Formats: sequence, structure tokens, C-alpha cells
Amino acid sequence: MGQQKNLDGYVGFASLPNQVYRKSVKRGFEFTLMVVGESGLGKSTLINSLFLTDLYSTEYPGPSHRIKKTVQVEQSKVLIKEGGVQLLLTIVDTPGFGDAVDNSNCWQPIIDHIDSKFEDYLNSESRVNRRQMPDSRIHCCLYFIAPSGHGLKPLDIEFMKRLHEKVNVIPLIAKADTLTPEECQQFKKQIMREIQEHKIKIYEFPETDDEEENRLVKKIKDKLPLAVVGSNTIIEVNGKRVRGRQYPWGVAEVENSDHCDFTILRDMLIRTHMQDLKDVTNNVHYENYRSRKLAAVTYNGVDNNKAKGQLSTKSPLAQMEEERREHVAKMKKMEMEMEQVFEMKVKEKVQKLKDSEAELQRRHEQMKKNLEAQHKELEEKRRVFEDERSNWELQQRLEQQKMEASRTLEKNKKKGKIF
Amino acid sequence: MTKQHENHRDMNFSHTVLKQSGGSTLLGYIGIDTIIEQMRKKTMKTGFDFNIMVVGPSGLGKSTLVNTLFKSQVSRKSAGWSRDEKIPKTVEIKSVSHVIEEGGVKMKLTVVDTPGFGDQINNDNCWEPISKYINEQFEKFLKEEVNITRKKRIPDTRVHCCLYFIPPTGHSLRQLDVEFMKRLSHSVNIIPVIAKSDTMTVEERQEFKQRVRKELEMNGIEFYPQKEFDDDIEDKSDNDKIREMMPFAVVGSDKEYQVNGKRVLGRKTAWGIIEVENPNHCEFAQLRDFLIRSHLQDLKEVTHNIHYETYRAKRLNDNGGLHPITSNDTQESNL
Repeated sequence: MGQQKNLDGYVGFASLPNQVYRKSVKRGFEFTLMVVGESGLGKSTLINSLFLTDLYSTEYPGPSHRIKKTVQVEQSKVLIKEGGVQLLLTIVDTPGFGDAVDNSNCWQPIIDHIDSKFEDYLNSESRVNRRQMPDSRIHCCLYFIAPSGHGLKPLDIEFMKRLHEKVNVIPLIAKADTLTPEECQQFKKQIMREIQEHKIKIYEFPETDDEEENRLVKKIKDKLPLAVVGSNTIIEVNGKRVRGRQYPWGVAEVENSDHCDFTILRDMLIRTHMQDLKDVTNNVHYENYRSRKLAAVTYNGVDNNKAKGQLSTKSPLAQMEEERREHVAKMKKMEMEMEQVFEMKVKEKVQKLKDSEAELQRRHEQMKKNLEAQHKELEEKRRVFEDERSNWELQQRLEQQKMEASRTLEKNKKKGKIF
Repeated sequence: MTKQHENHRDMNFSHTVLKQSGGSTLLGYIGIDTIIEQMRKKTMKTGFDFNIMVVGPSGLGKSTLVNTLFKSQVSRKSAGWSRDEKIPKTVEIKSVSHVIEEGGVKMKLTVVDTPGFGDQINNDNCWEPISKYINEQFEKFLKEEVNITRKKRIPDTRVHCCLYFIPPTGHSLRQLDVEFMKRLSHSVNIIPVIAKSDTMTVEERQEFKQRVRKELEMNGIEFYPQKEFDDDIEDKSDNDKIREMMPFAVVGSDKEYQVNGKRVLGRKTAWGIIEVENPNHCEFAQLRDFLIRSHLQDLKEVTHNIHYETYRAKRLNDNGGLHPITSNDTQESNL
């Protein structure tokens, strides 16, 4: 360890943090957040409230509005900018969790997802060309507890027990406006007791050297698990516009720390501990996964290498060759796929055109037939008309003859020829 | 003279005894209407039974609601169990009985609780213990009825009403809710209730209710009051009004607070006091009136005339005649 020396003049490396800061800002940040809980606990609303964006809006309704039969894992990405800093936020949602009648192993898809993200990162870390290493590991998992007021359900305990070693688990009490302050206190104590009883390791806030910060951290620790209320509707209260929920008996304000712990959650998650969450994910959970994975590989021998990625001891050139070959193969596959798609589309279009041509032809025939039918009809009518006319003329002639005959008769009568 | 008078008297007498089917006007006061008073006196002396079952996952305020409904500590929780009792591994059936009295009328109220329902990870067939319990009560009654020497008043332990608690997710019914209600709506009167409705704003509550009603209709679930048992137009219109409001969105509480100089039952939060009996806040008052003040007797009648009869017919048909299931020391009849 080097000795600490005092400087005689100003060197200038005090600006290192600034340099780091500028570089990071240029690079932008990434954060992946997972929300888990039964449907109807207000997860989507809380996400919208936390980041003040409508991740789930009426055009793109959240998973809660769709009916699902099995647990799914869905990702949505959103890029938010604030003060020149941009954050690529990924929200991983788990619709269908705990909704079925039989919920055994409903946590398995979630565990698989987390592991697959770790594996992706491990693979990309082991490549020779590491320029682009996207970090899609789950940095934090918000677990929503239903506000029953009694304690944790068996499902809650099972889930947290299985995931506390893979991801930072932060339990939250959802829809906390159901509970009165006393009920909330009791409920929180009961939950913490059960968490300790089952030895569940939830995310722990780090101790720092700063006294001030320690006090804040201790205050947060006393309020665990945080009881939150989410809302994005704005209501007027005493002339102020606040976000809240309007009830006949009052307005529950989301950002009022007497009403719920939403502000604490937001400050903790975004303003103070986001980097720490990422660090813990990287240094603790990921390292656990990695060491377990590598130990398994070296124990099982060589043929697992092909299945689990390049973790072998090949020379870097050979690895590069392989990577290039892989890349070329991938490109070729993509090209073939695109060609296939293109062909299919062309075929479709040709078919469509043929169909429309046939349709037009048919219609043309139809119209011709109609026209002929009409023509025939008219002919028929004309014939009938002619017949009528000739009949009528005949009749007229007959009538006329009759009239003439009667007239002559009259004349003869008058003349007295017939008595 | 006297003979005439006698005849006249006789004629009068015969008129009053004669009963025309069209409902004739009586020529004098007989006192038939005092039968209501006689019934009332009898009922007050004997009292009556009412058995209510509450079903729903733990933490929905079932016990609190029952206490609030009957304004006394009648639920299982208050009979000595602690608040943070562990969730049982299987569905249990626990019943607690109390005798409450009001206005000289005694009621033996039995509250049947079902802890463990819907709380496990795997909730398959969690309705079976409940279905079995209901059928067991029917069986008990049937056996008593079929006895040669019957008791004067058969103790009625049949479940008259089942309050099913729907968690206020705000979205729709869960699979478990639909399964339970489908299977049990033919053996017991089910009244669905939205629990802890102070979670939802008024608009959310309306939307949720509509969605729940639509889903109930889609699945063919007939909750009480069932449309097919409406006797006449008046009944139908009354019941239609009630059916429009169901499921009732309720809030329960056994604590009192001071609001505008009155003491009301309510829940105190940091942003206001939720009054349980205020119809603008929640629908508890409507549920109570419906359940106790207007349809209590009807619930018992539907249970006795329809659900019990269905069970009885099935049992008699199945056995081709009723054979006693277990031979007791009491004499059984062989039908």
C-alpha cells in the first residue's frame, strides 16, 4: 500500500470525477428493473408513476389488460432523457404470476429469464471482441406484496427464497392506501419478522462513512418494506396540484410522505441507489452465477464447452477465427432468411394480382350477362307490346265496324226500312 | 218470529263460513289476521337459527365484516385466536356459534369460517372441503327428517348463505373465484362481495363491478337472489334492483370514530375517515339491509325449499330409496 503524500502544488487530477462524469453522460446509462406480483396490485401504475412516463398507455395496454394462461416474461424499453443525461430503461414484467389456481413453479420462467441474461453477459464477456457489451442483466426486482394486513403468503415466501441469491429483491407493499397507519406498521413488522425467520436476504442498503447518509439509510431501513401507492392522475388539493387518488373521503397523495412511502422508493431507486444496485448485481449476483457456471464447466469436462459458450483455452487467434466464422454463418443465415421472406412476399403479391385479375374478369362476365339479360327482357317487352298493339288495333277495327254496322242500322231504322 | 230469526241467523252464519275462491268480502270480523301475531309470539319464544359462511383468501377482512354486520364480536378471530395465526396447510372449516338478541327476538348465529382457502401455492380443489361440509349439513338434516321419532324442532345447521369475498384487484375475477362459484352456486346461496373496497376510487369500483357482473354472467353463475326463484312481479323488480347493485363493495370496521359530532364505525387514514355506514363511501349499509333486514327469511327458505330439496332428491334417487348411511341407536325408517 502506498504512503499518502501531500502535494505541494495543484496537479489537477481532482477533475477526474468530472471526466468520468462527462464520459458516462455521453455513454448514457442503462437500468433494468423487474416487477413481480399478482395481477391487480398496481404494478403498471407504479412504473408509470416512478418514471413519469406512460410506459403502459391506452394504445399499448399493459400486460394486466391481456389475459394469459401461463407466466410470461415481457420486456419493454424506453429511453428517457433528463438534464442531458439519457437513461435506457428496461422494464421486465411478469404477467400471469400467481394468477392461476395452481401456482407451483410459477417462478421458474422468471428464474430462467434471469439466468439467461446472466449467460448472455457471460458469453459476451468471454469474447475476444468486447467492444459492445450490452448489459441486460436484471439490476433490481420489485416484489409486490398484497396488502392483506396479516403476513406473507406461502407464494411470497417461496418466491423470495428462490430469488434472493440471484437478484436484488426489494419487497413493496402494494396499494398501501388500503391500510390505516397502525395496520401498516403492524403489517410491516410482521413481514420483516417473517423475512428474517425464513432467512431471506433482501437488498441491503450499504453503510457509508458519511454520517448524514447513514442517518437517511437508517430511516429507510426502519420503513422497510416500503408501502407504496401509485397514480398518474393529477388532483387539486388546497390549491396545489398533486398526483393522487380521489376518494369520497379524501385524497390520498402519492408524493406525501405521511400518506405512503412512494417518495422514499423513488429517491432510493433513482436518485441515490441506482448505481449501487447495478454494482451489487455485477459484483455479487453475477459473480455467484459465474463462479457456479465455471465450476460446473471445468468439472464436467470438455464437451460442455460447445454447449455453454467459448470458455476454453484456445489461442486468441483461433478464437477470433471461430468468431469470424460464426459471424459469417450468421450473416449468411440472415441473408437466406431475407431472401426467403422476399420470395414469399413476391409470390403473395403475384397471387393477389392474379386473384384480382380473375375477379375483374368474373365481374366483366357478370355484367355482360346482365346486359344480355336486360336486352332480352326488353325484347320480350317490346314483343308483348307489339302484340298488344296489334290486338288493340284489331279491336279498334272491330269496334269501328260494329259502330258502322249499328249506325247503318239506325239510319235504316230512321228511314223506316225495318219495322 | 223466532224461527225466522233463527233462520236468518243461520243464514248469516253460513255466509261467513262460506269461502269463495275469488276472495270474498267477509261479513264480520273473524280474527284470521291475528295469526301473524301468533306466529310472531311463537318465533320470539323459539328464536331461530341462521348460518352464514364466509369464504375467501386470508387478509380480506372477512372476520371484520361479519363482526360489523352483526355489531358484535362473533367471528372466529374474536373467540380467542390471535391475529397473526399461521395460514393452515389445507382448507379448514371452523364454526363459531353465538346467540344474539334484539327486540326480544333471539337468533342463534353460526359463522362458518374457511381459513386456508386460496392461500396455498397450489389451490387445486380447495373448494372440496367446503362442498363436503355443506353436503354434510344437508345429510344431517335429512337423517333427522327421515327418523321415525323425529325431534319437534330439527336443529338447522345447513348453510343458509355464503359470502364470497372477491379481492379488489380492479381487473376481473380470478380463475379461482370462477371455479369456486361455478361449483357451489347450486348447493348454497352465494352472495359475492368485493372486499376492502376502500382500495378503489368510485370510478374504478363501478368499472370493476361491471366487469365482474359480466364475467359472472358469461360463466353462468347464478348468485343469490337467483332469477329463477322470483315469485312474482314485485319480487322480480325488487330483486332486479338488488342484482344491479351486486356485488356489493364493502368495507368493514369495528372501531368507532367521531365524525361531525356523531360516533360512526370507520377506518381512519391519514387523508380522511372512511365511514362504513355511509352509502357514499361504501355499500356496507346496503349489504346489511339486504342480508338481514329484508332477505334473511328468504335465504333460509331458498336453502330449505330448493337447495335442500335438490340434495334430498338426488340422495333418494341415488339409493333407490333411503338407506341409513350409518346405523345409529335411533330408529331409522326404511323408505
